[in-house]
Amino acid sequence: MSEPVLIRITVNGVDYERSVEPRLLLSDFLRNDLGLTGTHVGCEHGVCGACTVLVNGDSARSCLFLAIQLDGAIVETAEGLGTAHALHPVQKAFHDCHALQCGFCTPGMLMTTIDLLRKSPLANDEDIREGLSGNLCRCTGYQNIVRAVRQAADELKVAQTDEAVS
Amino acid sequence: MKPPPFDYFAADCIEAAIQALADAGGDGKIIAGGQSLMPMLNFRLLRPSILIDINRIPDLAYVRDDGDEIRIGPLTRHRILETSDLIAKQFPVLHEAMGYVAHLAIRNRGTIGGSLSHADPAAELPMMSLLLDARLEVQSNAGRRTIEARDFFLGALTTALEDGDMLVEVRLPKLREETGWAFEEVARRSGDFALASVAVIMDSDGDWVSDIRIGMMGVGETPMRATEAENILTGQRYSEAAVAATVDAIRAAVEPNTDLHASADYRRHLVGILAQQALAKAWDRSRRASR
Repeated sequence: MSEPVLIRITVNGVDYERSVEPRLLLSDFLRNDLGLTGTHVGCEHGVCGACTVLVNGDSARSCLFLAIQLDGAIVETAEGLGTAHALHPVQKAFHDCHALQCGFCTPGMLMTTIDLLRKSPLANDEDIREGLSGNLCRCTGYQNIVRAVRQAADELKVAQTDEAVS
Repeated sequence: MKPPPFDYFAADCIEAAIQALADAGGDGKIIAGGQSLMPMLNFRLLRPSILIDINRIPDLAYVRDDGDEIRIGPLTRHRILETSDLIAKQFPVLHEAMGYVAHLAIRNRGTIGGSLSHADPAAELPMMSLLLDARLEVQSNAGRRTIEARDFFLGALTTALEDGDMLVEVRLPKLREETGWAFEEVARRSGDFALASVAVIMDSDGDWVSDIRIGMMGVGETPMRATEAENILTGQRYSEAAVAATVDAIRAAVEPNTDLHASADYRRHLVGILAQQALAKAWDRSRRASR
């Protein structure tokens, strides 16, 4: 059974059917089999956070998932967030705050931020730093990344308040 | 940094998983959250012939109130424990500790059964199971048995689980509502493995310590209970001198390693400081609750 097995998986809203070897990592499946190179592969052992994606809505390290485990799953990657002309609010915040230098860690930072905005109060910068502590930026551009997450969190709060009022 | 080839079997019930383990003759590995196992596979530190995936077994993730104890399913994710109202109410010390477990993306996926079976000496859940006198339910083709947490952790990454065993439930005896508690940890970076950590649960009777448990990690090959220190403080009047004697006993009992992150001497110093802080907080909480 180390032979390839057929899986069905939804990535960024598109359904795929692919044969995968059991040992194939989700990160390699996304990049090599689907050509979705927006997910970056750094350490390949769950430390750097660069390959973070959403699996069934929850942030996860794609280097610590086997593609074969994801038959029937819904995966979201950085490519699914927005387009160059219509950025996702989190992408826009990163753009506004110059929250990327070389850009290697950025996809993981974006996907982590999206999960944090739903699950963490992000009441202050300490919460944000704690929330991002599993994602490494080797340009050390953390200040602007924290500012970007702050902006995204504030905008989300305003949007939710508007919604509650209207 | 890619896993070696292996066969893959997605079990749909515990019995099927155990049968597959038995068939593999000691060469199989159960995968739950995979947050420790996958790095080991990527590094090729392990080369199992077959991975037995238990993620599709229904009803293995739960936190249940069962009279004198809380029962936790092996596939319960860290994130579920962290946000469980039942855990926050019954075991505030465990609730606090969960916030120190790795990072959100890891907590979304990692499981209690996996963490205990992996038995990293610097992981929070093995230490918590020891502190809370957990009873670990283990199943194999030969049947089901209970292993006390104190008999479970044999060495770094080594447990009393034998080939063919699967951890199927964690039972935590409830604490008294008035029990004081504290959890203290120092790591180089938020979410990293601890340099040292101390957790305390304590009952007081007036000025006296009627019962105390002290758990530690990062300072030995396994998580540890500071048994001698517990004995020193049990039945004593809480005082600066009693705390100092307890801290001395803790420092004498630990055998920390020197590594890249900290020297043995620093870890021994640190565990004493953390114990002082934890004892003071637990005492304070138990006194406030019993007033």
